[in-house]
Amino acid sequence: MGLAYLTFIPFIGAAFTTVSTRLGRYSSAWVAVITAAASLSLLLPLAHDVMAGQTIIQHASQWVPSLGLNIAFRLDGLSLLFTLMILLIGLVVIIYARYYLSPRDSMGRFYAYLLLFMGSMLGIVLSENIIQLLIFWELTSLSSFLLISYWQQREEASRGARMALTITGGGGLAMLGGFLLLGKIAGSYELSSILESGDMIRQHALYPYMLILILLGVFTKSAQFPFHFWLPNAMAAPTPVSSYLHSATMVKAGIFLLARFFPALSGTPEWTWIVTLTGLITFLTGAYIALFKHDMKALLAYSTISHLGLIVMLFGIGTPLAVVAAVFHIMNHAIFKASLFMLAGIVDHETGTRDMRQLRGLRKYMPYTALLTMIAAASMAGIPFLNGFLSKEMFFAETVEHGNSMALPWLLPLIVTAGGIFAAAYSIRIAHNVFFNGKAEDLPKIPHEPSRGMQIPVEILVGLCLLTGIFPAQIAGPMLSVAVTSTLQTTAPDYQLAIWHGVNPALIMSMVAVAGGILVYRSREALFTLQSRFDGMFEAKRIYNGAIRRLFNWSSSITMNVDNLSQKRMLWLLFVASIVMGASGFIVHDAPLAGARTMLPVDPMSAMVAFIMIAAAISTVVMHQQRFTALVLVSAVGLGVALTFIKFSAPDLALTQLSVEFITVVLLLLALFFLPQRTPDESDRLRQGRDIVIALLAGSGVAALSYAVLTREYSTIGDYFISNSVSGGGGANVVNVLLVDFRGFDTMGEITVLALAGIGIYAMLDKLKLLSPQQDEDGRPWNPDTHPVVMATFSRLLLPLALMVSIFILLRGHNLPGGGFIAGLVTSVALIVQYLANGVEWTRTKLPANTHPLIGSGLLIAASTGVASWYFSYPFLTSTFHHFHIPLLGDLELASAMAFDLGVYLVVVGTSLLILINLGLIHQVSYQPRITKKNLASPTTDSDTTPSRSAALKKVLPWKR
Amino acid sequence: MNHIVIAPLLLPLFTGIFLLLLREQRIYVKRLIAGASGIALITIAFKLLCQVSDGTILVYALSDWSAPYGITLVADRLAAWMVMTTSLLSIFALIYAMHGTDREGRHFHIMFQLQLFGLNGAFLTGDLFNLFVFFEVLLLASYSLLLHGGGRKRIRSGLHFVVINVVGSSLFLFAVGTLYGVLGTLNMADLAIKVAATPPENLVLVHSAGMLLFAVFALKAALLPFYLWLPSAYSQTSAPSAALFAIMTKVGAYSILRIYTLIFGDHAGPLANLLEGWLLPMALLTIIIGTFGLLGSKRLRQQVSYLVVISAGTLLTGFSLDSAAGIAAGLYYLPHTTFATAAMFLLADLISKRRGLMEDRLDAGYVITQQKFLGAVFFALAILASGLPPLSGFLGKFMLLQAALDHPAIVFIMGIVLLNGLLTVIGLARSGSLMFYEAHAVDKSTNTYYSQVSPEPLNVRELLPVFSLLGLCLAMTIGAGSLTEFTAKTAAQLLDTSAYIEAVLSKGAP
Repeated sequence: MGLAYLTFIPFIGAAFTTVSTRLGRYSSAWVAVITAAASLSLLLPLAHDVMAGQTIIQHASQWVPSLGLNIAFRLDGLSLLFTLMILLIGLVVIIYARYYLSPRDSMGRFYAYLLLFMGSMLGIVLSENIIQLLIFWELTSLSSFLLISYWQQREEASRGARMALTITGGGGLAMLGGFLLLGKIAGSYELSSILESGDMIRQHALYPYMLILILLGVFTKSAQFPFHFWLPNAMAAPTPVSSYLHSATMVKAGIFLLARFFPALSGTPEWTWIVTLTGLITFLTGAYIALFKHDMKALLAYSTISHLGLIVMLFGIGTPLAVVAAVFHIMNHAIFKASLFMLAGIVDHETGTRDMRQLRGLRKYMPYTALLTMIAAASMAGIPFLNGFLSKEMFFAETVEHGNSMALPWLLPLIVTAGGIFAAAYSIRIAHNVFFNGKAEDLPKIPHEPSRGMQIPVEILVGLCLLTGIFPAQIAGPMLSVAVTSTLQTTAPDYQLAIWHGVNPALIMSMVAVAGGILVYRSREALFTLQSRFDGMFEAKRIYNGAIRRLFNWSSSITMNVDNLSQKRMLWLLFVASIVMGASGFIVHDAPLAGARTMLPVDPMSAMVAFIMIAAAISTVVMHQQRFTALVLVSAVGLGVALTFIKFSAPDLALTQLSVEFITVVLLLLALFFLPQRTPDESDRLRQGRDIVIALLAGSGVAALSYAVLTREYSTIGDYFISNSVSGGGGANVVNVLLVDFRGFDTMGEITVLALAGIGIYAMLDKLKLLSPQQDEDGRPWNPDTHPVVMATFSRLLLPLALMVSIFILLRGHNLPGGGFIAGLVTSVALIVQYLANGVEWTRTKLPANTHPLIGSGLLIAASTGVASWYFSYPFLTSTFHHFHIPLLGDLELASAMAFDLGVYLVVVGTSLLILINLGLIHQVSYQPRITKKNLASPTTDSDTTPSRSAALKKVLPWKR
Repeated sequence: MNHIVIAPLLLPLFTGIFLLLLREQRIYVKRLIAGASGIALITIAFKLLCQVSDGTILVYALSDWSAPYGITLVADRLAAWMVMTTSLLSIFALIYAMHGTDREGRHFHIMFQLQLFGLNGAFLTGDLFNLFVFFEVLLLASYSLLLHGGGRKRIRSGLHFVVINVVGSSLFLFAVGTLYGVLGTLNMADLAIKVAATPPENLVLVHSAGMLLFAVFALKAALLPFYLWLPSAYSQTSAPSAALFAIMTKVGAYSILRIYTLIFGDHAGPLANLLEGWLLPMALLTIIIGTFGLLGSKRLRQQVSYLVVISAGTLLTGFSLDSAAGIAAGLYYLPHTTFATAAMFLLADLISKRRGLMEDRLDAGYVITQQKFLGAVFFALAILASGLPPLSGFLGKFMLLQAALDHPAIVFIMGIVLLNGLLTVIGLARSGSLMFYEAHAVDKSTNTYYSQVSPEPLNVRELLPVFSLLGLCLAMTIGAGSLTEFTAKTAAQLLDTSAYIEAVLSKGAP
């Protein structure tokens, strides 16, 4: 479990740092130091075994076993090397940052991010399961986003962070694809089995795809061409971050992966070509661009890119000795680059600038810093007795070796030496340009040596450069050997870590590179002038930014064009798609539309009703611009439907249809009062044509479907209902028994829908204030006789009769046509007539306007009837019925379903009235003020009279008050 | 008599009725009742989940009429999973609403409870027509919730929502009518048998009806080309409604999963796997168009709405793989994406309320109170929603891709899902940095139109739901092992339709 703790300690530490800031500004630095030290102390006991050649694999837990996602850790030579680098350089950076950050910066946040990052890095190098590795991989992308954007309000910080996240996060996603394929090929996500099945993996048909996906992850993370540009832009981060991320950790994660999967993936032509070429191009472009960067950190960033290219290229070459060189250079580069970044940070910190066009002659003010910089830069340039020299010479030797196998053996060494020349030149520049090169002047601050806290970390690293450079075998030898062994997964090749190998091509290349570097640096002014002509051209960052901008603009215009809030578009898309889907059956299967059933003869009456309905329907469409006329016409269709029900002996349906028709027409009229009487202008002819075609297709589709269904023989469960209605449901009216018993639950749902509609409309109208018109659109005032006496009188007389009828219908519903729904509608009609005849105000004094309790109790009665059956251990809504003998009345059958029906009745009445009253009330509210205000202006309007609802059909302008 | 199956329906129904009858107008009484009911619902959902987790299929014959004659409620693993997700989501949407949304108009709590009635009904019913009824309940309740609080834009997008859904309901009726006319039954289990035995001359009709049903469900699930109602409706409504609506598209997805495994699945004879060739392309295209929407959004809530569209596409990609693994992946992804998008809606509201007149515009505004903290929450939720490691979104996508590895269209699936992930990161990172990193310090002297930010400090009732939803996703991440075991079993149960059919049809009275 040690490795799991080791990895997770920084995450816990991150949580503590944020809290610890309350104990003082620097306490978070201490927490960070302790965290890194704690992880390190867990590592050391295990390190001993690893140095002895062991591979430690620890299965911590099974996370998602079915997916092969286990939490498992692995420590071998390679991961030990990386863990040490992460922790040691991390520790040094933590100390450095403690002195670097200014009092305005939040230390807690900084160290929290840094520790998050450290933990994620440890996770990458210590994972045994590659999906777990990927998770940590993406976590480094995320935590580096936080680190780079640490100075949040700086634009370049947030942009740089986003760029880094996009590139490295995107690479991570590609790698996820690669790992999925790798897991499929190898049959496991565990490194142990993947590393063993290299041959199988390389021969698999999916190998090339998998390789490309994984390499995308590697190259983006390790800033390889053409993904290199995020790294220089990540320099907006505080320098300790750059020093940590871009020397030993973040960018090395990709390199780590190349090393990790080397035994499984390398050795194929695809690998050699892609990896070597990418590395070579990156090595050259990085080195070239670095020379021309005037910002110290930018120079170092490009030099990092170049060195990463060098290492990648070595892995591409892929001989055991190349791997030795690569692993050795990973160590060396981490050390000298971390120190150089810190030195750049010191210069920046003490002078206030990093611009090398401004900086010069600092040697006078900070001689010690100058010395340290010269050593580190010399190591970067590849000067003997420094660690950089050793691995660089190995690299030269390998290119010579590899070049021999190619058609033009001199080509590769030549190109590489050219790169070496630039590397030497920029190394010289960073030391000479800043510390020599004339007299310091015009600096934002008077420079002086930094505090010891910033120097000590650099001293440690520079000391390591020297020690390794002079005693390579003693200092780096053992570590290198185990790291190489576990990278190769076989015994390491014979190699010698020595400063002097005799005069060989590599030494000559080294000498040429350094000499050339000096020459190039001397002629820098001319080169800068030349280069400045190409400034900004072919700049990857610009291409990237342009692409991102285009992506957003493009998406935005697509979105605005597609999602243009047009209801018409939503509808025609829906219609067209459903026509296509509905027609698909007819395309796939070959069967006649008509079924085998013989048609009934057509009698003249039915034909006439059908004709009227068709004519009314068509006229509705034609006349739809006159809303009132269209409404009348469409109600004619409804009446035709009711007639049809009667014709086919469905009195319940006919009754329902009639009363629903009545109520909807009244409500629609009320609503139309507030709407313009004419519809807005139509769309152009072309669209109209399109809509006509769609409408015809949809209509005929539905007609064809109905025709096909009706002409087919069928047997439904309907027969069961008919035969069980009396015996099981206790009612002779099957329709009603269906509604309250067989499918009573549907009714329960539907009355809920009804209630929802009612209270929904109530809630919607609650705040709505509409202004109603004073006259129709031709300027005629409303008829002042709003409540004709005759109508009022008769309607009042009719009320008790109508109510009695409705109660009769309710009670007999179980056996004869009727029932709660119809009875409710009839009652509503009767009451609505009262409103129409006498006005809302008058009726409101007689009847409660708030029908919520009616609706609520209706629902409650219906639902409670359902629950009551629980008492008898039956499921919800089970009905029961009994015959009672009551004197005088005789035999009476009472079914529990009747209570349910009563609930239905109440909901129907309550809802229809609620809607009506509240629509009516808006009229009142909206009408009154206008009348008082314009009392004299419109003499025909009597202020005591409310406007007639029958006149509510005219054009108005609705707006909120 | 085991009434647990109907309890998740009756509890919100009775709570809704009770609230309707309540004369008490004080809001906290209503809140107390609604909250207590919400917690009870979670308990019931959990109990139901426990009862079916061993593979039992609970059948409840309403009115004591056995299938196929009466309406049956069926609780299997899938239904219980959906009910559980709904109940967890709803309590946090409710708590958020208690921070003031429920005062903005009338009847919020009633509508909310009846919406739950509709949701749970849709998940538990075993009858196609009853499903239609619950779709209606859902539609009406959600329409009211959508309009809750009022405002011109809200009413316009609400109108689109209701019009398009009424058309959808008509299509549903056509489809159900055709199926009943040809096959003579409405019970889903019975339909499964009848569809498999469709005589050749009727294949045309059953096929067409099946596809029309798909159109309705795709409309609900917001698949291309039916998704257009969603972005404006979801981005205009109040935050708790939008958060609750995160489950609404999942009703469509659930129905697709249920109907096209049970009735038109492997065992449907000549109509087997009816959606093959339809669902996957539509789902993938939905992801693509949703991604463009996400990148092209001008407001945060619009962007989150497109996250919902994308999640519908991703979810149905999983379901369309037609393999147990794909369905299992989808079922794991479903609660995750529901919680994540809901939390995003709530957070968007939190931010919007504090930015004054800038609201949720994706543009550099002014520094707001507790900016760093809100930024951190946004960062966490963005990781969650975009499916980056290590949270549940990543696991869901990982499972999905793993399940798709053997699918012939793996190139498209992997390409689209991964690219979507990247573009979502780009889009959300841009939104985050515009709102948080590029915010200007408020300069009291200039006092421009947009600089009037609200100093309102963060409130527990606002933060608790966001953090709880995030916490649920964290729990889903940590407990992924046992959860995926459950979803795998759920998928297996779904594909073994005989058990469902037998449970429903053999069981007269329970």
